[in-house]
Amino acid sequence: MTISMEAWSCPLPLRDHPNIVLGHGGGGKLSAELIEHLFLPTFDSGELSELADAAVLAPAEGRLAVSTDSFVVHPLRFPGGDIGELAVNGTVNDLAMRGAVPAHLTAGFILEEGLALEELAGIATSMAAAAKRAGVVIVSADTKVVERGHGDGVYINTTGIGYVPAGVDIHPRRAQPGDAVVLSGTIGDHGMAIMSVREGLGFEADIASDTAPLNGLVADLLAAEVDVHVLRDPTRGGVAAAVNEIAGTAGVGIALDEQAIPIRPVVKAACELLGMDPLHVANEGKLVAIVSSDAAETTVDILRRSTAGRDAAVVGEVVSSHPGMVIARTPFGTSRVVDTMVGEQLPRIC
Amino acid sequence: MKYLDEFRDPELAKVLLGEIEEAITQPWVLMEVCGGQTHSIIRNGIDRLIPAEIEMVHGPGCPVCVTPLEVIDKALAIAARPDVTFCSFGDMLRVPGSDGDLFTVKSAGGDIRVVYSPLDALAIARENPDREVVFFGIGFETTAPANAMAVYQASQEGIANFSMLVSHVLVPPALRAILDSPSNRVQGFLAAGHVCSVMGFAEYEPIAEQYEVPIVVSGFEPLDLLQAIRDLVRQLEEGRAEVENAYPRAVSRAGNGPAQAMIGDVFRVSDRAWRGIGTIPGSGWELAEEYREFDAVSRFTVTDIDTMESPLCRAGDVLRGQLKPDECPAFGKECTPRSPLGATMVSAEGACAAYYLYGRFRELEEAAQ
Repeated sequence: MTISMEAWSCPLPLRDHPNIVLGHGGGGKLSAELIEHLFLPTFDSGELSELADAAVLAPAEGRLAVSTDSFVVHPLRFPGGDIGELAVNGTVNDLAMRGAVPAHLTAGFILEEGLALEELAGIATSMAAAAKRAGVVIVSADTKVVERGHGDGVYINTTGIGYVPAGVDIHPRRAQPGDAVVLSGTIGDHGMAIMSVREGLGFEADIASDTAPLNGLVADLLAAEVDVHVLRDPTRGGVAAAVNEIAGTAGVGIALDEQAIPIRPVVKAACELLGMDPLHVANEGKLVAIVSSDAAETTVDILRRSTAGRDAAVVGEVVSSHPGMVIARTPFGTSRVVDTMVGEQLPRIC
Repeated sequence: MKYLDEFRDPELAKVLLGEIEEAITQPWVLMEVCGGQTHSIIRNGIDRLIPAEIEMVHGPGCPVCVTPLEVIDKALAIAARPDVTFCSFGDMLRVPGSDGDLFTVKSAGGDIRVVYSPLDALAIARENPDREVVFFGIGFETTAPANAMAVYQASQEGIANFSMLVSHVLVPPALRAILDSPSNRVQGFLAAGHVCSVMGFAEYEPIAEQYEVPIVVSGFEPLDLLQAIRDLVRQLEEGRAEVENAYPRAVSRAGNGPAQAMIGDVFRVSDRAWRGIGTIPGSGWELAEEYREFDAVSRFTVTDIDTMESPLCRAGDVLRGQLKPDECPAFGKECTPRSPLGATMVSAEGACAAYYLYGRFRELEEAAQ
């Protein structure tokens, strides 16, 4: 989603300071104006507008699920999204991966002195849109300001609260030999979009981040009573890290079919160029589902009904051999180990 | 994908494998020169698809691996200077020096940038005239044209705050060094396609003739490699020792003339130390006299370099093709990508890293059989 800033005009009380100044974090009038005129109208939340020290929420049925995540992406806007959308979707997805129905979010902002208010408004606007799309309400927020040079424009922390319906038990330890590994769509889009725009690789026009909420897909699977054992969103570290964690936690092996993994040709080309393995590249709108083998086809069918899951495919199976290890079967009939990266993926020399 | 998927076709791979099986009657030891080829071979399991008579040994063509420890240590010292912005290809950042790597220097406050081209480093120098911008110019013949171009442009534009830490290495002298070694076992070479796309393959003809060793220029995709292996086996079986080109879509006999002219202008041949192997005469390039002002080593006086290799690391034996990575006693034990003892465990092209990343499953498979 691209942000249109044309609709946003700076409210009168904020016009003296078109950029964030240290005073916006001082707890005085400037802070109050920022909250009252920028965040409150944008987030449009009853709880937030009470400006109390804490949001007080009525409990819902089910077990409580809580997840927190911090977002430090650079650049703040990238093809396919921005840090605000990412901060909402990221936490919504973490909740959804435990089968929770996300309900509430808190948002903490670390703002860098000098950040354009217009930019902050754009980020807040896209957070509000993402929250609406995912069906969550931002119930509590905080802003702090750090001196110029001590931040990267804006850092956002979001904490999410959701409710796990009775009978839902989704956990990495539930992966068992015979299960199918399903991927909800193409891999590597987010990581390569960021890298392309950050490094000026010239793929910006062709690769966009896949940032999207996944709670809709999860709700569809649970509504159809699919026997979902494990869900993971393969963000940092990519699919390789996600499935390695599952294999390690459950003490099972995982065998991926290299050819079955969906990947856009332009992402594949960008990875080839930089010597990167798409299995290690971050995604922000994909899930790995481990389901009983007889539910594999149904899972793919259900995922494909939604835009976020239209390229879903069965990409592998859980096996009893090589516990804790993930392998990929090549088109040539050979196998290789798929490991977790040690640190960052580094572009190769030639 | 154009130019990729065509060269990964499993059906065509079967045809080539059949042709190799048909041609082979006895054991042969072949070396793929380039680390990119090593990774493709191990990643796709090509060494296990080809007949057991063929032993693939992995060559020295990993620029990150052969860059001498002394140069890495110099890079660390220069990068730590407060007035320096140090630019490097990404995979140099984790290569261990005597004490830490470039990541360590970065976390201690060094201004270190990953760039994709030396021309990006030149742009940083242009935009930051108050900073000394140093590019880590390493690599084989493949990266030399762009490095030469950056120095040439800096000279033309008078960008005085740009310099390069040069440690270029050349393939043909390394092949001669391998063939001259009394313990050499290599009977045929897959030459490195990217190097040959710059330099052509005419310079390999005297080597093939003098040492009576066949050399086939190979690309990096599974079918490229299988085709080159087939051509090598056919030559060996027929008693021929010629230079053949199995990568014609990228390589010609004469190579890239303008690139060679740029290299010839900026660099001159020098002796070069190879990490783990030792000094090979005439095996490197350094900046020519008229470009010496852009030499980072002379610009920044770097002293107190006291190199110390891990006594356990046997990367040199691996790079000479005399030891398989998993035969090294430290492999997967003291030495892993997380705490590498030598550069061969770090680089995307290092043979030890290839074995570690892709190969460990083989032990399990073999144990199960």
